[in-house]
Amino acid sequence: MAEPSNTKEARRRRPTPPKDGFAFALLALGWAVCLAVATWGVMVRVKAVMSANNFQALWTDGLLLLVALLPLALLLPASRSLQQSIQARRALAAENLIAARVHSAEAHTWAWFTLGYAGAWLLLLLLVLFFIANNVAVGRTFFQLELIASSFGLILQAFWVNVVIFLFAGVLSLLWGLVVAIAKLLPGRPAQPIRFLATFYTDAFLSLPSIIVIYLVGFGLPLTGIAFFRSLPLEALAVLALTLTYGAYMAEVYRAGLESIHPSQWAAARSLGLSYGQTLRFVIIPQAVRRIVPPLLNNFIGMQKDTALVNVVGVIDAFNQARIIASNNFNLSAVTTVAILFILITIPQTRLVDRLVERDRARFRQG
Amino acid sequence: MSLLEVRNVVKRFGNNEVLRGINLTVEAHQVVCLIGPSGCGKSTLLRCINGLEEIQGGEIRLHGDRITGPGVDLNALRREVGIVFQSFNLFPHMTVLQNITLAPTQVLRMPEEQAREKALALLKRIGLEHKAQAYPDQLSGGQQQRVAIVRALAMEPMLLLLDEITSALDPELVSEVLNLLRELAREGMTMILATHEMGFAKEVASKVCFLYGGVVHEEGPPEQIFSNPQQERTQQFLSSIIEAGRL
Repeated sequence: MAEPSNTKEARRRRPTPPKDGFAFALLALGWAVCLAVATWGVMVRVKAVMSANNFQALWTDGLLLLVALLPLALLLPASRSLQQSIQARRALAAENLIAARVHSAEAHTWAWFTLGYAGAWLLLLLLVLFFIANNVAVGRTFFQLELIASSFGLILQAFWVNVVIFLFAGVLSLLWGLVVAIAKLLPGRPAQPIRFLATFYTDAFLSLPSIIVIYLVGFGLPLTGIAFFRSLPLEALAVLALTLTYGAYMAEVYRAGLESIHPSQWAAARSLGLSYGQTLRFVIIPQAVRRIVPPLLNNFIGMQKDTALVNVVGVIDAFNQARIIASNNFNLSAVTTVAILFILITIPQTRLVDRLVERDRARFRQG
Repeated sequence: MSLLEVRNVVKRFGNNEVLRGINLTVEAHQVVCLIGPSGCGKSTLLRCINGLEEIQGGEIRLHGDRITGPGVDLNALRREVGIVFQSFNLFPHMTVLQNITLAPTQVLRMPEEQAREKALALLKRIGLEHKAQAYPDQLSGGQQQRVAIVRALAMEPMLLLLDEITSALDPELVSEVLNLLRELAREGMTMILATHEMGFAKEVASKVCFLYGGVVHEEGPPEQIFSNPQQERTQQFLSSIIEAGRL
């Protein structure tokens, strides 16, 4: 070539060769092999622990064998990556740049695929090792199946208390939060003291840990000797405490929602002759609530989890019941049951929130 | 007695004085067009007449009755004075029908059925009765704006304020909205329009006011303002409009 090879023009004309994927493919293959060996080793240990505990069954042996052989499947993408990287080198040697790029890209994709699955599998192996460590002590502490089975009825019954508390506190805090939010946004001088009170209330209860509110309300109010509070069951006081705490959270969410409605909606409604209250009721609140359903649900989920705190005042909820069972049996498996129950009721709700958020986003994209 | 009298109205946003003692008189069945560069206070004036903005000086009278200052029942005023906005401002969570019937049923306490029939009649008039159950975001801009006009008309106002109602529309949708206004003008509806549609102003206006510097800089019948403006600033404004090919 006549022109100098390092001018900008010359560099522009020189095509970029694809990245070589061979070393990366080898790495992926190495990982896959190591993982297969490691899995085999772990399964051998599981088998040893099982026989040490006189547990033997054909189906578990079969299962162990299956799991031990599973990582061999990773050899497939790893070897495909290697194959593609070799083809890429060949194509490059034959100056077929486009084919080289295609093969190289394939090689990288398959190598990453191998590494991704290998990483996840490695974490699972570590979990199994932890579970069987110290002669299955971990497994026994948290997952003693007989205890889980025998205590399940009691736990479920006590969990009903949690459900009742969070259903009541949920509905009440949703209403109370709206009232507080509206109070915070009231216009004009005469409403100033009310705005101040509402702001003080939310500030105070947003900074108070809910366990302290439950303690103060659950123990304190009956102590005052006022007949009404003494006659209330502990569960009702727990509902009151959670409503006070979460009402503040809900109020903040409502306020954000109400403020997010564009002032032009206020102008449109007021210009038609609707009063402040009518505008709120028919125009602003319906639109605001639609927008804040996901964060309201998130607060609701947070409150469900906080129902486990009511045990500090002696309500026999699922967690309290589980603790009693745990100390009677020196084993935490009943608490595991509670944990699983909480997970079971929460996951569908979180997925629902995700879907609502996604729906809102889709609507927003539409314009 | 004039239908509307705006006397020496002053409106400030902080230190920014938008209206500096503006005067305007509107007779019944007149169509008054407010023109002028952006920021000259056209929209602000309309919002003041509707009570959406508080004024800092002067007064506004409707049929001789003062509608500004303390003690005025703004909700009652707004039953008589409707406003339509540039950005439509329909209620997105309500159907077209609900948008129209909300104020008559809640403010005028009209029975649901009657409000419905009236709304459907109005929708039929603008050729949108098939959209009664649609939501605003399912309508084109021109359709939304016509619904917004009908929503204001459902209150049977004696004065209709229109704030640059075609500015947010695609050009091919402007005419359907202007046609509706033409019809209303023919029927004798009293209207004040803030507008950039000079051709339309020329055609329907009984009076054109050129707003500049927070006051009515020049006013007169459209033939005079558009063909023979007296003030230098008006001439400048109109010549730049002609240059842009908008007149």
